Amino acid sequence: MVEDIDRLSRALDGVAPEMVDISAVDRLDTAGAWLVTRLGGEVHGASASQHELLELVGRAQWAEEQGPAARPSVAAWLDRVGRRTAGGAAEVAEVVGFLGLTLARIGRLALRPGRIRLTPLVAHMQSIGVDAVPIVSLMAFLIGVVLAFQGAAQLRQFGAEVFVVDLIAISILRELGILLTAIIVAGRSGAAFTAAIGSMKMREEVDAMRTLGLDPVEVLVVPRVLALVLVLPILGLVANLMGLVGGAIMSWIELGVSPAMFRTRLGEGVDVWHYAVGLIKAPFFALIVGIVGCHQGFAVGGNAESLGRLTSRSVVISIFMVIVADALFSIFFALVGV
Amino acid sequence: MGDNVVEVRGLRNQFGSHVVHDGLDLDVRRGEVLGVVGGSGTGKSVLLRAIVGLLRPDAGSVRVLDVDVLRATDAEREAVGRRWGVMFQDGALFSSLTVRQNVEAPMREKLDLEPETMRALADLKLGMAGLPAKAADQYPSELSGGMRKRAGLARALALDPEIVFLDEPTAGLDPIGAAAFDELIAQLQSALGLTVFFVTHDLDSLTAICDRIAVLAEKRVLVTGTMEDMLEVDHPWVRAYFHGPRARAARRA
Repeated sequence: MVEDIDRLSRALDGVAPEMVDISAVDRLDTAGAWLVTRLGGEVHGASASQHELLELVGRAQWAEEQGPAARPSVAAWLDRVGRRTAGGAAEVAEVVGFLGLTLARIGRLALRPGRIRLTPLVAHMQSIGVDAVPIVSLMAFLIGVVLAFQGAAQLRQFGAEVFVVDLIAISILRELGILLTAIIVAGRSGAAFTAAIGSMKMREEVDAMRTLGLDPVEVLVVPRVLALVLVLPILGLVANLMGLVGGAIMSWIELGVSPAMFRTRLGEGVDVWHYAVGLIKAPFFALIVGIVGCHQGFAVGGNAESLGRLTSRSVVISIFMVIVADALFSIFFALVGV
Repeated sequence: MGDNVVEVRGLRNQFGSHVVHDGLDLDVRRGEVLGVVGGSGTGKSVLLRAIVGLLRPDAGSVRVLDVDVLRATDAEREAVGRRWGVMFQDGALFSSLTVRQNVEAPMREKLDLEPETMRALADLKLGMAGLPAKAADQYPSELSGGMRKRAGLARALALDPEIVFLDEPTAGLDPIGAAAFDELIAQLQSALGLTVFFVTHDLDSLTAICDRIAVLAEKRVLVTGTMEDMLEVDHPWVRAYFHGPRARAARRA
């Protein structure tokens, strides 16, 4: 049986007979035939079908043995680092190029609005926006609750409970509401973009589109990115509202700040710019998530593994880029003084 | 059950209200090459999937190598599964493994072999399937369609099976490649005493290597027999198939 082949193969190592008699063998499989041909002697006593098998196996063996895989060395490591670095730089250039291409297509469509594909645009707005409302609301509500709870514990020490309103409003409106929404959307929709476009790429649907004279960027990317840019500010607004509601409820329970007082304090102490700053960032975050998600989708190669790898990569890159952009915006708004 | 390695009785397959097979009987004899033909949608691939247990039929029995695969225990089914190999239409190679690793995969799973032996046997199978040495370290996505099919065959042969099921092995190959593939199957069949269950549309393959032909039509196996028998059958589809211009050309060759 083939299980014994290891033992036999070792036992016969270095044996080089002139003649092999296999007349006592009734059944011969390919592994057995391989063993016999490896011995190299002249074969006697083979039945017709055994002879045929031996010949087939003999012919099937490749002439030169392939050498073992290259040993890891410093040079190989340097080579890998160099390739990674160059690859990373090339990818940045590629993403920027892709962003430019998408913006150019959107600009072209803006001149001829009749060509905008409304059905996919609305479908994507539904799946990115409406379907995400429950999870975004819940997330923002809980963040509001947590902020109020944690803030209350600190502010009570100074008797400054009422400032919890400022704390909640500013942190949610300016930063957390839109940032966390963008992160959730990156995980939900950015990953979905990569997977959808990637599997279309794998099944050559993207190539089919090109041969039919359809522009994949116009058909696949523009509706997705446009839907995201339109919907993310609205989701951000929902998150802001729910965050404030969560904060208000917790302040009421924990600190006795009544909803009316919360509202008055909100109107007095919180400038409308805080709200504007949050919403200004939304379209930019949307652009980052959409472009990264679609671009990674087009990078999918021929196998299933690359689809999975790039989908997770798409989420990691877009979340990272969103946070980087948020930091840059903070510096910018600090400089212009809002 | 004598010389039949596969016995299908009263098979019924149905998807929703769409009945694919109803009361289908089929025997495959030991050591023969059986070609299964039929129009599109007559359930050739469904039949293959039902026999190898990828699909549970709604009624009927399937015996493979004296094991009732529908009622067998898991252990019995696994034991009989080791004695057959399946080659899917496009090879169905694991895309994250190299071609050699694909052939090693069933050995790694079922046998306890040294890595070097496994590698040598995998290379042997790849060579038998007619692949060049450099293909072994490539990934399936880097191979042409014909080479993927060959690699799929090599994987199907990895455990030295007694039966191989081939799903349209020559579809999409150029005539030279298809003829070489036919010849390869014929050689393997006679050298290893394989039983080959062969779903195909290729009339050249049917004429060249099939011992018997089974025609699927009207939800069952309409007729089985040799190529000569097929020419005598008086059924509109069978006549159109075996007396069409392509069939005549294939017979002349």
